[in-house]
Amino acid sequence: MKNMMKIQFSALSQNESFARVTVAAFIAQLDPTMDELTEIKTVVSEAVTNSIIHGYESDPDGIVYISVTLEDHVVELTIKDEGKGIPDVEEARQPLFTTKPELERSGMGFTIMENFMDDIVVNSHPGKGTEIRLRKHLSTSKMLCN
Amino acid sequence: MSLNINMEVNKDVLCIRLFGELDHHSADELRNQAVQAIEKYDIRHIILNLEHLSFMDSSGLGVILGRYKQIKQLNGEMVICAISPPIQRLFDLSGLFKIMTLEPTEEYALQRLGDA
Repeated sequence: MKNMMKIQFSALSQNESFARVTVAAFIAQLDPTMDELTEIKTVVSEAVTNSIIHGYESDPDGIVYISVTLEDHVVELTIKDEGKGIPDVEEARQPLFTTKPELERSGMGFTIMENFMDDIVVNSHPGKGTEIRLRKHLSTSKMLCN
Repeated sequence: MSLNINMEVNKDVLCIRLFGELDHHSADELRNQAVQAIEKYDIRHIILNLEHLSFMDSSGLGVILGRYKQIKQLNGEMVICAISPPIQRLFDLSGLFKIMTLEPTEEYALQRLGDA
């Protein structure tokens, strides 16, 4: 069975925790492990923070869009903004790369997303925005034990 | 869910205990409080107790690395203690443990600074 949900919210930092908790609550129906849930919360936080800080440069008029699809223990997350976009995606994905060192950004966001998920696709167009699609296959061992 | 920050000064050691969630939103508050305390109390070393930190992302790594650089300039040390496995993974990914020390408890962290 396929199940999906969508949310959209202002690009405000106080919405980062709302976003990750909401996504985690939706995914909970697949009975993920605590580790899987933490990984998904972390990647949501990374992508949403990127949209707020880099995409919209902290302009609260910006809107962040999240959609989540669940099908056969596979979680698909899409996190999208209509901000300024990433000029060089390959460069942005390098560990420790950041355009905002003065804000003490660690440059680890994409590295964490790559490590915590199975697949990541980044579509970005300067001046139009960025869409990040993330996929993770959840373990099914719990189901077999039932 | 937000971040609660408890700080204790013991001579030139600042002990920071974090409760809750450390993300981009709460990192600013932690940065402001820590920078203020380091300057006000002539701090040289930091012990960062993460026992009650339930969530952290890369914004947390950034603010921790920022304080590490700050006290390194004062010839100080930073010791992280009581870290949970999910948060340790973030530290491992970023290589922060190559430059910071990890101890199981605050007591061990204090001992480590005493030996430094």
